[in-house]
Amino acid sequence: MIPRDGKRTPLTFESITPGAGLTAALKLSRADLIAELAASKLRGRGGAGFPTATKWNLAAAARVQEGQHKYVVCNADEGEPGTFKDRVLLLDHADLVFEGMTIAARAIGARKGILYLRAEYIYMRRLLEAELIQRREAGLLGSAIGGLEGFDFDIAIRMGAGAYVCGEETALIESLEGNRGEPRNRPPFPVDTGFLRQPTVVNNVETLAAVAAIFAKGAAWFRAIGSEQSTGFKLFSVSGDCERPGVYEFPFAITIADLLSQVGGTNAKAVQVGGASGTCLPASEFGRRLAFEDAATGGSIIVFGPGRDMLLVAKNFMEFFVEESCGQCTPCRMGNVKLLEGIEMLERGECSSAYLSELFGLCETMQLASKCGLGQSSPNAFLSIMHGFRNEIMGRSPVPMRGER
Amino acid sequence: MLVNRQQRMQDLIQQLIERHGRTRSALIPILQDLQREDSVVSDFAMQVVADELGIHPAEVYGVVSFYSFLDHEPRGRFVIRLCRTISCEMAGKARVARQLENELGITFGQSTADGRFSLEWASCIGMCDQAPALLVNERVYARVTADQVHAILDECRQVFGAHAAHAERVAVAVAVAGGAS
Repeated sequence: MIPRDGKRTPLTFESITPGAGLTAALKLSRADLIAELAASKLRGRGGAGFPTATKWNLAAAARVQEGQHKYVVCNADEGEPGTFKDRVLLLDHADLVFEGMTIAARAIGARKGILYLRAEYIYMRRLLEAELIQRREAGLLGSAIGGLEGFDFDIAIRMGAGAYVCGEETALIESLEGNRGEPRNRPPFPVDTGFLRQPTVVNNVETLAAVAAIFAKGAAWFRAIGSEQSTGFKLFSVSGDCERPGVYEFPFAITIADLLSQVGGTNAKAVQVGGASGTCLPASEFGRRLAFEDAATGGSIIVFGPGRDMLLVAKNFMEFFVEESCGQCTPCRMGNVKLLEGIEMLERGECSSAYLSELFGLCETMQLASKCGLGQSSPNAFLSIMHGFRNEIMGRSPVPMRGER
Repeated sequence: MLVNRQQRMQDLIQQLIERHGRTRSALIPILQDLQREDSVVSDFAMQVVADELGIHPAEVYGVVSFYSFLDHEPRGRFVIRLCRTISCEMAGKARVARQLENELGITFGQSTADGRFSLEWASCIGMCDQAPALLVNERVYARVTADQVHAILDECRQVFGAHAAHAERVAVAVAVAGGAS
C-alpha cells in the first residue's frame, strides 16, 4: 500500500507548472538567481528556519579541492515525531523537489545531488527512481541541462538505515560517508566542509519544492504570503486528537486556534508544536502564531484532547529521545535517561519539587552543552509539559490511573 | 557446506562492491543490499567487507550496530515494525502490539522459532495521520486495528508459501506484492 490519502487542503504546489521554475532560474546569472531567492526571504522548512539564500551564497563562494566538486543534498530523513508532510510531497510532487535541487546545483555550481531518503520510506524508492529516469530522458538531468553549456548535474538516491539523528545535517553527511550517524562539531559548516569535505548544501524536501515554486511565480508573490519574518506558505502535519488529521497548507503566522478550528480540534487541552523536540503549549497559549518569530515549527502539530494524561505524553517523548540519542555526547546520552527516570518517579508519585527543580537544572545543562540539536532540544517537551501541567503531574497516586488512554 | 556458504557470501560482497564502489561511502549501501539477500549482516560478512574496503572490522560493526535497520542478529524473513511514537500510541498501538504478540507467541525484540517473523518497535514512521501504523519489510499498513493483525500475518504467510528456505524468492515475492497494491 502506498499511503496516498494524507492531504487535507489543496496545496499551492499543485498549481505550479513543473519545469517553469527551472526554466526561469536558468535564464538568470548565478548571482541574480541567489538574489531572487534572497528577495523571497525563504527560510528552511525543516524547522531551524535558516535563510536558504544565505546558505546557498556561502556554498557558492566556497572553494572546491582540485578534482572534487560541490554537492546538493536533499534531506528526506523526515523523522521528527508527528511529521509526514515530506511523505506527501515526495509521493505527489517529487518533480518539484528534484527541480529545486537542480536550481540549487546551478546556484552553487554543484555537479552531484543526493536525496537521502529515510529507511521507513523505502516504499517510495521505485517511484522516485522512475521520476529521475524521466528527468534524465527529458534532459532535465545530465549534461548541459536546459541547453546551458557546462551545467552538468545528476541526482542519486541514498537510503537511510533507521536513525532519527541523521536528520541533523552533519550526522546525515556522516551517514552518507559510511559512518555512524554522529553529528560533527560546527564550524566548519557543511557549506564549506560537507560531504567528502566538499562544499555541500543540505536542504529540506519542502524547502526545495518551495524554491521551484518561487522561481515559477516570483519572489514578490511568495513574499506577499505569510508574515514579515516568516514568508510564504507552510505545510503542517496534523495528527493526534482531532477530527481530520492530515497535511494542511496555511500561510505562516496562522494562530494555533485557527488551525485547530480547521482540523476539528477545538476542544484540545494542549498542542505539541514542532514534534518531540518542540514545545507543548496549553490552551491558554492557542492565540500564538505558528511562525519562526513566535511558535516555530517544522510543521509537526500534535493535538491532545481533554482526556490525555500529559505525563504519559512527556514519557513517550523521553522514551523516544533515549532510544534515538546517538550516544556521542554525555549531556544527551545521560540527560535523557535521567529525565525519563524522573518522569517514572512522577508517575509513581515519588518526586519531590526539589528533585524536579534539579531536573530543570539538568535540562538547562543539556540545552547548553549538547553537541547537536537533538540533545539541545530534547528537554523542551519535558520542560513545557512540567510547567504547563504541573498541577496534573505532582502528587500522583502510585497506582497507575486507568482509562485515560 | 560451511565453506560453500562463505564462498557464496564472498562472491556476493564482490558483486556489491562492483555495484556501489570500493569506497567508505559505499559501506551502508553495501550492507543494506547484503542484508536484503541474507537477512543479517554476519561476523563473517563484516570481516570480508572490512577487508575489501580497507577498514577495521570494528568500524563495520560500529555502523551495523548504530542503525536500527541493519542487523547483526539473525531475524525473521518478515520484520514487523510497529510504531510506538506519540500519535500511534494515542491511536491505540498498545492493543495492536498485544495482538501481534498473541498471534506470534513472541514479545517485541524476538523472532519466531521458525524464522518467519520478528517483532520490533519503530520510532515515528511518518504515518501519524493514519495511526496506528506498522511496516512489514518494505510495506506500510495504516490505521491498523487489533482485529486486522491476523489477516496481515496471513498475507505474509501466503507470500512465504512453500519456499521457506529461500530468502531471495521471498524478497522477490514481497516486491511483487508491494508493486501490485
